Amino acid sequence: MSALQIKKGSSKHSAYNLRPNFSDVTETHTLAVMVDNEPGVLARVIGLFSGRGYNIDSLTVAEVDHTGHTSRITIVTTGTPQVIEQIKAQLGRIVPVHEVHDLTVEGRAVERELALIKVEGEGEKRVEALRLADIFRANVVDSTLGSFVFEITGTPDKIEAFAELMRPLGLLEIARTGVAALSRGT
Amino acid sequence: MTRQMTGAKMVVQALKDQGVDVVFGYPGGAVLPIYDEVFQQNDIRHVLVRHEQGAVHAAEGYARSTGKPGVALVTSGPGATNAVTGLTDALMDSIPIIVLSGQVPTFMIGNDAFQEADTVGITRPCTKHNWLVSDTKNLSDTIHQAFHVATSGRPGPVLVDLPKDVQFASADYVPPQKAKTDHYQPQVKGDMDEIVELVEALEVAERPIFYTGGGVINSGPAASQLLRELVEASGVPITSTLMGLGAYPANGKHWLGMLGMHGLYEANMAMHGCDLMINIGARFDDRITGRLDAFSPNSKKAHIDIDPSSINKVIKTDIPIIGDIGHVLEDVLKVWKSRGRKVNREALQKWWAQIEEWRKVDCLSFKQSGKTIKPQHALQRLEELTKNHDRYICTEVGQHQMWAAQYLGFNDPNRWMTSGGLGTMGYGFPASIGVQMAHPDSLVINVAGEASWLMNMQEMGTAVQYRLPVKQFILNNERLGMVRQWQELLHGERYSSSWSEALPDFVKLAEAFGAKGILCDDAANLDDAIMEMLDYDGPVIFDCLVEKHENCFPMIPSGEPHNKMLLGEASTKDAIKEGGAVLV
Repeated sequence: MSALQIKKGSSKHSAYNLRPNFSDVTETHTLAVMVDNEPGVLARVIGLFSGRGYNIDSLTVAEVDHTGHTSRITIVTTGTPQVIEQIKAQLGRIVPVHEVHDLTVEGRAVERELALIKVEGEGEKRVEALRLADIFRANVVDSTLGSFVFEITGTPDKIEAFAELMRPLGLLEIARTGVAALSRGT
Repeated sequence: MTRQMTGAKMVVQALKDQGVDVVFGYPGGAVLPIYDEVFQQNDIRHVLVRHEQGAVHAAEGYARSTGKPGVALVTSGPGATNAVTGLTDALMDSIPIIVLSGQVPTFMIGNDAFQEADTVGITRPCTKHNWLVSDTKNLSDTIHQAFHVATSGRPGPVLVDLPKDVQFASADYVPPQKAKTDHYQPQVKGDMDEIVELVEALEVAERPIFYTGGGVINSGPAASQLLRELVEASGVPITSTLMGLGAYPANGKHWLGMLGMHGLYEANMAMHGCDLMINIGARFDDRITGRLDAFSPNSKKAHIDIDPSSINKVIKTDIPIIGDIGHVLEDVLKVWKSRGRKVNREALQKWWAQIEEWRKVDCLSFKQSGKTIKPQHALQRLEELTKNHDRYICTEVGQHQMWAAQYLGFNDPNRWMTSGGLGTMGYGFPASIGVQMAHPDSLVINVAGEASWLMNMQEMGTAVQYRLPVKQFILNNERLGMVRQWQELLHGERYSSSWSEALPDFVKLAEAFGAKGILCDDAANLDDAIMEMLDYDGPVIFDCLVEKHENCFPMIPSGEPHNKMLLGEASTKDAIKEGGAVLV
């Protein structure tokens, strides 16, 4: 992030005056992309990433304005500062894209992901899983005598940590939503 | 006041309202209702091509030579897939075209119906934007939007997919003024701070150079005019990419010639040695930059482009300016004049002296002797005999294309139609048909290689049917010349599949189509033969048999910087190193 130098006096929402250096260090950025919810718009965004060889770490999409038919796509991506700038510029070029926000550059954002985690186990392992779930504030949303489904919300790191702990305790399946993010403040 | 009409009628009405006078197309089941409407009116001419690829290239030729969007009409399935190459070509070269494709009726989409293809899916990555119209009430609005998107910002191809039931159904027609185009409005004015920074850099630069591209042409004739004014007033040398030829006149005093892989020695050396590079509407393509880490190592780089994604894509830019070339150049001139029209005259004089030294290398010199026609000689004679005509030149792709760029002079924009980014063999002939449709009284020549030309030779039927006097000037070396050249330099002279065997007799071929064929195999007869071609009122295939093993120089070998040019046969041995061989 430090690699991106924003020119003095330029709008923080404008990508025009960014002068990236061509560093080789990769960075992870969270982008919020506001799009018209029209057929094929997600394919355009995904096609851009696959066609130009960019990474998608996570992607979520849903219509957020039902009257204006706009959707918000949240993309977590990794690349050098130059590649991140290219991704933003290329996204901005797509006709149904209204705005591209780099939440990582615009200030610290709230990032949350939800995961459902199925753990199978009996006896001591079952008790331990439940105890750890409590520490991580994961809720039990389904239970049988031999299994739990936990629902956990948090940053991707937190979910990763919880899943790692569940692995030796009988982790069976995991479903993750991908990151949803909003910038802090107004 | 609204008017009810069928979707098919709407298509024709919308095209009329957008000022379209000619459509290139090929009918089929899924576009029959539109063809029925085309039949019942006289405002729009329809040109029946012989293959849908030809329709799209013809629309491109029309667009490149007029600055107006070109329109193609194709049917579903194979009609649409045949349009893909042309769409990709237009996308790479930023050419505004609108392709209307038929589609199976909405209720059959997804059922693998006859002549069904996922056209919007297939063309999504090769259009600027595309639409599937699923309801007639959105049809006219969508077509107007399509024209808006194709022509605004960085121009490009768009496609509108029209299911057959949508063509039959009726709805209210929306005129262009009421179409929803508000949200796509790319920025055209450049940032003033950056423009001032550019002017400041221009004022003190010791070795400045303008490096211009297709963006100047796309911006319109006013941009070329402003560019000329800026170059003349500042005295700064100018070079251009293949796509930008004609924006600054080839007979202009400050012209260095084309740059890049087969660019002129003085242009490439000046790019390498400059201290201020002002990129105007070009995109640092790999044909231009050569080896990136050695590209113009000591220069400050300014880049004017309408597309933010062009900035810093491959080359780090010190002064980025996003905006339309015409608008930005106007502001640059205004600021530069108001600050006293300063340049570093003394240093510029030295810079020009250096450039004159480079010019003395005379990198385009060649020796024509004897009967065998050198391709360079053929183009030099063509230039000599046609330069005073109202002339448009198209090309195919390969050696002949580079020689045409080197030996023909373009003094105005929109006079040079060539496939730059995609490098589409088979582009030139149909493009020349599009150009001739737009300029019926002008001389339209397609400089071709025999191999490229054969790729879309079926369009001879179109040329003859519409009495389009396009001149097909084929430099016939019975080889895929550029492939052969690379095999010679890179692959131990093993000429794998790079010769044209079983070539047709081009004179008989022309006659079979009802056109004129001319064969020339003797340098002594060349001028007369060219004059015969020019004098004939109708399409001509000119089969010019040229030296078979001529290589195209200068050449920057793959993986090398600008100052490592090959100038002739003697310099080619081991010129391309292992690392360069993987590049194209």
